[in-house]
Amino acid sequence: MFSPTLTFATGAVLVCAIGAVWMTSVRSLIRMVSIQGLALGLVALILGIHQGDGGLIATAAVVAVIKGFVMPFLLGRATAGGSLVRETRPLVNVPASLVIAALLIVLAFATTRGIGRFVGTAAGRLVPVGVATLLIGFFVLVARRRPISQMVGLLLVDNGIALVAFLCTAGVPFLIEIGATLDVLLGVSVLMVLAQRLAGELGDFDLDALQELHD
Amino acid sequence: MVLVLILLLPLIGGGAVALKGWTGSVPWLAVASNGGALALGIWTAIRVVNRGTVAGPGGFLRADALSAFMVVVIGLVAVLASWLGIRVIATELAEGSCNHRRATTYGVLVQAFLAAMLLAVLAANVGVLWVAVEATTVVTTFLVGHRRTKGALEASWKYIMICSVGIALAFLGTVLVYLCALHAGGHSAGALNWTSLMAHARHFNPAVLRLGFALIVLGYGTKVGLAPTHSWLPDAHSQAPAPISALMSGVLLTVAFYAILRFKAVADLALGPGFSRVLLVIAALLSLAVAASLLLAQHDYKRMLAYSSIEHMGLIALGAAAGTPLAIAAVLLHILGHGLTKSVLFLTSGEIMATEGTSRIDGVRALLSRRPVIGGLFGAGLVAVLGLPPFSLFSSELLMARAEFNAGLGWAAMVAMGAMVVIFVAVVRHARGMLLGPAGPSETCAASPAWVAAPLVGGLVLCGLIGLFAWPLTDLLHAAAHVVTR
Repeated sequence: MFSPTLTFATGAVLVCAIGAVWMTSVRSLIRMVSIQGLALGLVALILGIHQGDGGLIATAAVVAVIKGFVMPFLLGRATAGGSLVRETRPLVNVPASLVIAALLIVLAFATTRGIGRFVGTAAGRLVPVGVATLLIGFFVLVARRRPISQMVGLLLVDNGIALVAFLCTAGVPFLIEIGATLDVLLGVSVLMVLAQRLAGELGDFDLDALQELHD
Repeated sequence: MVLVLILLLPLIGGGAVALKGWTGSVPWLAVASNGGALALGIWTAIRVVNRGTVAGPGGFLRADALSAFMVVVIGLVAVLASWLGIRVIATELAEGSCNHRRATTYGVLVQAFLAAMLLAVLAANVGVLWVAVEATTVVTTFLVGHRRTKGALEASWKYIMICSVGIALAFLGTVLVYLCALHAGGHSAGALNWTSLMAHARHFNPAVLRLGFALIVLGYGTKVGLAPTHSWLPDAHSQAPAPISALMSGVLLTVAFYAILRFKAVADLALGPGFSRVLLVIAALLSLAVAASLLLAQHDYKRMLAYSSIEHMGLIALGAAAGTPLAIAAVLLHILGHGLTKSVLFLTSGEIMATEGTSRIDGVRALLSRRPVIGGLFGAGLVAVLGLPPFSLFSSELLMARAEFNAGLGWAAMVAMGAMVVIFVAVVRHARGMLLGPAGPSETCAASPAWVAAPLVGGLVLCGLIGLFAWPLTDLLHAAAHVVTR
């Protein structure tokens, strides 16, 4: 049971990343982030039960609550009142984005299978999935101009890294994992406040409006 | 116990500001608490040199010579920046661009920032180091956006976006190092301690460690302001209030570099010095090129100082690439000298901006005759930051160059010198316009009060004294360099 459930949960994390590339409405973006957070918690839970590691099971609970519920809630707050939702011409359109996402997945598998072999466990073989999530997150960060999409991109990067950490090493020690998760939570809260202040200053804006500072 | 106290003192200052608000002598209490942390840092440094590493409760905190040295650097910049912060906030309150509540928030966040930086250098564990550095990103974002202008908000957005991604990569790098440590026989709880990493480094898997260290250099390098991920730095430094720019340049950049230095020691043990050298030389030369090319046509004096910080981080990275004990000692001396002079410069630029009302280079004229003290401080600070004697940056740049030649990096040192000549010309040209020239008849303005000028003069004098008489620091510098060059 261990291996198929783990593969399913890990795959769900990647599917959500692809979903975030595919979908453009704010509500579905936030839903993708939420499901991805829960899937990430599930990965930690499966690993924790398999290894009988209490700290990892506790981490799973914290991750699921913070990444599955609290962060999507904050993202929703950042876009409350209809600001920041304007559709802009993305730098790359959706079909092309999906092709790029597919190429990034191939790239992740081609480059990081070695790490999986080094880890030498069933979980380790799934490491490229985490790397693919990370790369897709980067792509969203660079190619999307709406603040909400950038925040989602940042969370994809972060979730990809957390997934790699779970699969490689069954997570960093509990205290550090909690510290890291709280840091990211604080970061998202700060981004939420900033997005609201910027919206107050600029109205409904995209990041091309942020061009005051340059040399 | 003393290490816990060092961490607690800034928090006590911050707590006082939080409880009582930014009124009366409360801000001075915060300055005093930072001074206390500095004093304890100096005490720890002396103890470490004489009697070896100081450990905190539960092995959670740990101060070897390198940590103690960094505590002293943080303490010095902290005292300067929190002192002048009182002046900056008083000015903003007087002109109505800031209210009492935001002043209090500012005071609390500055103290939280300092506590997080102190935790980063005192942590025994690389995971805790990461958590502390990431926490500063979050805290400083609000400080960068303190003025709430459009530019300040834009700078904060870019800052937190770029630095969050950078620091996330550093986390991935840390995870890979942890993976190496577990496979080399470390126990999960202590495997991320510096001592354990150094002890097991020789058994790390080279391929995985190479990837991990590259991510760490890229990730923490983003916070150091090394090219190619430096783009947040000029925006954040130019939009933040002057004390925050000082703290970022003097403390935040160098603490991130401290992390690279520590990991470099681990990577060098496992991979030999070649790999870290290639990465650091590339980052250093790119940063110097960026700084030189963007300083030439600079219009804004705060951005000019920011690019100068990128230049100095490049120089430090190049010195670290040489990697000999002498080179690392020079790098640390440079970190101290740069922290002092750049904070004085940013704080002085805040004074200039408050009265001149512009941060444009061509908006400021004849400072030396109109405002001799502030103009003189700005001029002397630039002399120091350009690496002229008697200031300590002169000695450290010379020592770093010598170490680079000895380590076979002579060509890189020559390229760096070329960039420094360009930067010298650019800065002198900008500064000449700002400082020299006759004052118009009605153009004199009120001089800064003595309590504002005194710490700035003190900072520069200290930098000059260290340049002339390095002896009190020699033992500490060599002990600190030894920590990361085994």
